[in-house]
Amino acid sequence: MGALLGVLPFFAYTAIFLVTPTLIVVVGAFLDGKSRPTLGNLSALAQPQIVSAFVHSVVLSAVTAVMGAVFGALLAYAVSTAREGGLVRRLVTSVCGVLAQFGGVTLAFAFIATFSSQGFLTLWLQKSGIDLASTTWLYDWDKGLMLVYMYFQIPLMLIVFLPAVEGLRPQWREAAESLGGSTWHYWRHVAGPILAPSFIGAMLLLFTNAFSAYATAAALISQGSPIIPLQIGGTLSSEVILGQENIGKAMALGMVAIVAVVMTSYVVLDRRTSKWLGR
Amino acid sequence: MSLRATRRRRQSIFRWVVVTVIGLFFALPIVSMVEFTTRAPGGGRTLDTWATLFDVNVIDADYPELKTGILASAGLTLLTVAIMLVMLVPTMTWVRLRLPGMRRTVEFICLLPLTIPAIVLVVGLAPVYAWVAYFLGESSLWLAFAYVVLVLPYAYRALDAGLSAIDVKTLAEAARSLGAGWPTVMWRVILPNVRTAVLSASFLSVALVLGEFTIASLFSRDNLQVAINLLGKRDASIAIAAALAALVLAFIVLFAMSFVGARRRSPRPEES
Amino acid sequence: MKKRTVRRSGVAAIAAATLIGITACSPPTKTSGSASTGGVKAASATSATDLGGMAALVDAAKKEGTLNVIALPPDWANYGAVIKGFQAKYGLQVDSAQPDASSADEITAAKNLKGQSKAPDVFDLGATVANANTTMFAPYKVATFNDVPALLKDPNGLSVSDYGGYMSIGYDAGKVPAPKTVADLLKPAYKGKVALNGDPTKAGSAFSGVVMAALSQGGTADISKGVDFFKALKTAGNFLPVDPTPATIASGQTPVVFDWDYLNVAQGKKLTGKMSWKTVVPAGAIVGGYYVQAINKAAPHPAAARLWEEYLYSDEGQNLWLKGAARPVREAAMVAAGTIDKAAYAALPKVVGTPVFLTKEQNDKANAYLTANWAKAIG
Repeated sequence: MGALLGVLPFFAYTAIFLVTPTLIVVVGAFLDGKSRPTLGNLSALAQPQIVSAFVHSVVLSAVTAVMGAVFGALLAYAVSTAREGGLVRRLVTSVCGVLAQFGGVTLAFAFIATFSSQGFLTLWLQKSGIDLASTTWLYDWDKGLMLVYMYFQIPLMLIVFLPAVEGLRPQWREAAESLGGSTWHYWRHVAGPILAPSFIGAMLLLFTNAFSAYATAAALISQGSPIIPLQIGGTLSSEVILGQENIGKAMALGMVAIVAVVMTSYVVLDRRTSKWLGR
Repeated sequence: MSLRATRRRRQSIFRWVVVTVIGLFFALPIVSMVEFTTRAPGGGRTLDTWATLFDVNVIDADYPELKTGILASAGLTLLTVAIMLVMLVPTMTWVRLRLPGMRRTVEFICLLPLTIPAIVLVVGLAPVYAWVAYFLGESSLWLAFAYVVLVLPYAYRALDAGLSAIDVKTLAEAARSLGAGWPTVMWRVILPNVRTAVLSASFLSVALVLGEFTIASLFSRDNLQVAINLLGKRDASIAIAAALAALVLAFIVLFAMSFVGARRRSPRPEES
Repeated sequence: MKKRTVRRSGVAAIAAATLIGITACSPPTKTSGSASTGGVKAASATSATDLGGMAALVDAAKKEGTLNVIALPPDWANYGAVIKGFQAKYGLQVDSAQPDASSADEITAAKNLKGQSKAPDVFDLGATVANANTTMFAPYKVATFNDVPALLKDPNGLSVSDYGGYMSIGYDAGKVPAPKTVADLLKPAYKGKVALNGDPTKAGSAFSGVVMAALSQGGTADISKGVDFFKALKTAGNFLPVDPTPATIASGQTPVVFDWDYLNVAQGKKLTGKMSWKTVVPAGAIVGGYYVQAINKAAPHPAAARLWEEYLYSDEGQNLWLKGAARPVREAAMVAAGTIDKAAYAALPKVVGTPVFLTKEQNDKANAYLTANWAKAIG
């Protein structure tokens, strides 16, 4: 029992600042404006614009997770072949460390500086005759936003996946070679299966990351709230349609449910990979 | 022998191609930001915006919200890292030493923030922060409590990797058997051995705090990203310059850390 | 192992329940800090006479020393000058928080910061939000209360309109041809150029923009016609889903903007010499809207809040808004008394026709339609 005291500060802190807010949201989803129990908020989730926002969010997160995972894994492998302690590795990991966290305002501004009607790339392409200025693809959730999300998905993938790639022992490669296997054989039968759980786990993490992202979309898209985090933000700050906070909590509950499923799968996979990497 | 050399060369080419292509993808917006902030009204290039950004007096006079945001973020960074380290390092060590059964619980709690999006957390944190404000006042600095929660998953991962790499049990028992008290064990035995992990966790926290927008904005507190966003509505050029400067700063910090933390790792089998 | 888990989960459950219970109740409000030196008296004053006259009000406000305002961008109806004028006249410090907050954000901030010294003292809200939150306001009648038309104020002074304007189209005359009607914007010359100030399910100005489009298409405030118009705009590729801000207008990113006339006119003034930003209120599609002032019932600086209201409704305050091309609510009375700033008054955008102000039922109906259909139409 005395040993438990050692972890008390941690549990107390997370109880106050993590568990309690979560419970408030979960419980609030079942209360109405006057704090009486109701299922009305949940049934409100069936409204077409909310359903479509959920669908958009899932699609956006899935696509950016897969693409981010693929390109991030390529980058991770490329970096792992670099000399340890060398410049390339340091540079790439530092850049990715920063970019994985820099969503939101900075990213939106960067893309506006690039792709908007006054952006660098748009003006440059105009000189070559391609006119992007009158298109609005940047602000579509399924075009521009996806592109913008790649900007923090790929770095996150690198950070999460690099330890796994680095955990590939050179002896395995040598063993495969000494048995007459080609590069393809190595990847298909040795490295692939070892990295697969880690890869899928990291992809799930990317999904969660994209699904929860609010700031970037808020800074870039100002019309229509096509994804769920924007819908939630709308219930909190709309001055036209009022009294929707508890529906916002119901939406939040929906988000949490989806993400919980994904994260549980991630944890299960992560446990499997830690066995392989000897953690 | 030649097989390995071929492989090395192929890997080298692969590495350079991938890094360059992906590097260009990431460099493009950065270059655009630089280009945007150096546009002169007549069509040439000018460093005016950057000069203004680094001129403290002008910032003070014309863009006070930027100054407030920068100071708030600086304080938040320090406070968040401090709280995170003080809470996580002893707890994780303790769990490894005395309560191995709790490890999964601690891990679950630390990964929970990934499941709870910041926007959801804000909704639930409002009543909690009403109490925080009652006891501690309304400064933006107390956002650090929420930030530590956001940082938990990343910090936990880093520290977990670091603690796994050393034999905590043996070290602790050895120190205890020599008569050290628990504070000494933590401060003088464990901590120096997980220095890389601690630095890694700290600098990941720095990156997160500097980039955080959602919670600060929805709680109407000041921080760097909120200030930049506000500035962006008035004067796009200087806002983009500030955003780029913050990005570069965080990069420099992480880059420098990768040198400081470089120590002899546990010996890997040498490739013969 | 199982018993330990059960015991641990039990402890955790109890702890969780306790915590929820604690956070469910709000912390006690700090009465010591806010209601100092006569503040209690000011908090319940419903007019200056309750405190013993204007001079007494000024004294009480000066003792409080600070005023917290929220959601007042400096170039919105010339608020920058209004704040500076107030500070200069009474020597009070004005703390302007979150200039880009929406009306709903103001109420949220007041609720989140209740009992703290940074809570907003006064609100400048859209009518919808104001009508939904009257329980948060303190009734107060300014000295010039009787000059405000009866339709534009609560009889007890809970919330009073302060300034208003008409929905307009602002455009860069150097980049696009002058639109005479809203329907003109469907022409190819405006490809990728037309922006709406906000999302109509979130922002009052955007909502009015859609109503203006509806009026131009069918003459009635049937919002479905407005939504259809924007859908057509999007299909034509003319609709730009960017939030127009002074920065985007100055950089040329948003060459055509649906916004209140006072905001477009202010942009035009700011950009004289760099850009020819003109404003037009389309004939036959005139949507009017007034914003509303209210005092926070739990204001940390009640006397300063009331003094601010007095200043805003005084000739000086009203004329400063007029300089910002907004129509002050005491317009009629001031014209009759000759105290109106004639030059600024003459410079207001010309309006041909009768303006339409939506009733509450029309508002609610429109909101319901927008919620269900806006995202689909422009998504």
